[in-house]
Amino acid sequence: MAKPMDQITWQELEIGAVVVEVGNSTQYETGSWRSERPVVEKEKCIKCMFCWLYCPEGCIHEAEEGHFEADLTYCKGCGICAAECPVKCITMIGEEK
Amino acid sequence: MGKVRKGVEVSIAIADAVAQADVDVIAAYPITPQTHIVEHLSEIVANGELDAEFVPVDSEHSAMSVCCGSAAVGARTFTSTSSQGLALMSEIFFIAAAMRLPMVMALANRSLSSPLSIWNDHSDVMMVRDAGWICIFVENGQETYDNIFCAFRMSENPEVMLPVAVNLDGFILTHMIEPVEYEDDELIRKYLPAFKMKNALHPDNPVSMGCFGMPEIYTETQMNREVGVRNSYPHILKAWEEWARLTGRQYRPIETYRADDAEYCIVTMGSYGETAMEVVDALRDEGEKVGVVKIRLWRPFPLDEFRSAVLGKRHLVVVDRAITFGGQGGPVATDLRSALYKKDGAPTIVNYVAGLAGRDVSRKDFRNIILEGKKKAEAGDTEGFTLYGLRG
Repeated sequence: MAKPMDQITWQELEIGAVVVEVGNSTQYETGSWRSERPVVEKEKCIKCMFCWLYCPEGCIHEAEEGHFEADLTYCKGCGICAAECPVKCITMIGEEK
Repeated sequence: MGKVRKGVEVSIAIADAVAQADVDVIAAYPITPQTHIVEHLSEIVANGELDAEFVPVDSEHSAMSVCCGSAAVGARTFTSTSSQGLALMSEIFFIAAAMRLPMVMALANRSLSSPLSIWNDHSDVMMVRDAGWICIFVENGQETYDNIFCAFRMSENPEVMLPVAVNLDGFILTHMIEPVEYEDDELIRKYLPAFKMKNALHPDNPVSMGCFGMPEIYTETQMNREVGVRNSYPHILKAWEEWARLTGRQYRPIETYRADDAEYCIVTMGSYGETAMEVVDALRDEGEKVGVVKIRLWRPFPLDEFRSAVLGKRHLVVVDRAITFGGQGGPVATDLRSALYKKDGAPTIVNYVAGLAGRDVSRKDFRNIILEGKKKAEAGDTEGFTLYGLRG
């Protein structure tokens, strides 16, 4: 695994800051940006996968029970899944609660 | 093409050079402020004389975007623009350098609007001075033709990996018919072998280019870039030396004319160097101990070569072709003053801005600039700049 971003020196960067380690964006945990998190009412979910399709972070996956959930390690809490859900089974809940 | 000397418009000679360099992709906006350079290239490609993609895009912003894409896959890439075209391109122009994408641009220097002008000065290139491109200035058709090849050689060097702009004065050079000695295709192939780029985009070797940079890493990327530009310097010299070995024509970052024993010098960048040399010859006959210092390499700035050319002179008369509004002189003079600050034996600098938007600067004008500049220097009038030939 590559060094954490805040420890890389300028000499260690590839020319043009090209990233040669494929898929390293998973090391950057954007969940800490979140002020609200999506909560799914499993019973109402019709498994249409709209949330999965629209999520700009690509962090929504199929849960074991068949409904769809965001991976909170990466979910930034943008609320697009809640806005797009045709049956309104996703609610954004403030993180402070 | 064999070795031949012919009378040719400089824009056409550039197109012929680009074809001889066997480029893979040319992307350019074909309308004003474009020159004949890409018009002739489109003919060469359409006639089947060059196996390349010619992409006539909808704007210069798109032109530079296409160039970035083609350079990123390791294709030999060329474009050309001027003035407003460069302004429109500027967003991606910076990105090309930051992503270290090798490509060559013939930058036909023309003034920025407004007032709308199509004529020559250096306001366009000075707008992108800090982009991190290697910037070369040429004085005549032969130098332009030669430096197209040198520029590709510099740009594609794995130790360099930077875009290169060959700056030539719009109209004064682009629309002039001059004798140019074309080199043999075989010599060009030897000088410029096929290009193989490290970390080029390819499905077998996936990489990410132009990533998001957080505050934790941005500073490091900029130092990497700064050192990259500085470290290109010895490779620029090597590219010119190798060209000299093959053709006998040698280029240097700073070139001088009758400067060794001169008491003072005129400093020029671009085609004005030729007029300045003629005027200096005439003034020498009258006993003036004056010489010419010409800046061929503008970025990376050849600090040591410049200092060794001018330290010990009494003063320099620096002719700029652009204004830095509200600044302390033209962009060249401002840089040179900084290069000489507190150095032992540093000459004082008198700065003229002349020839804006193609206003002719004749031999008589150069004579005035040199002699007036000397008087100003002797009187200690060395701050700011003088707009030469201004009415009122």
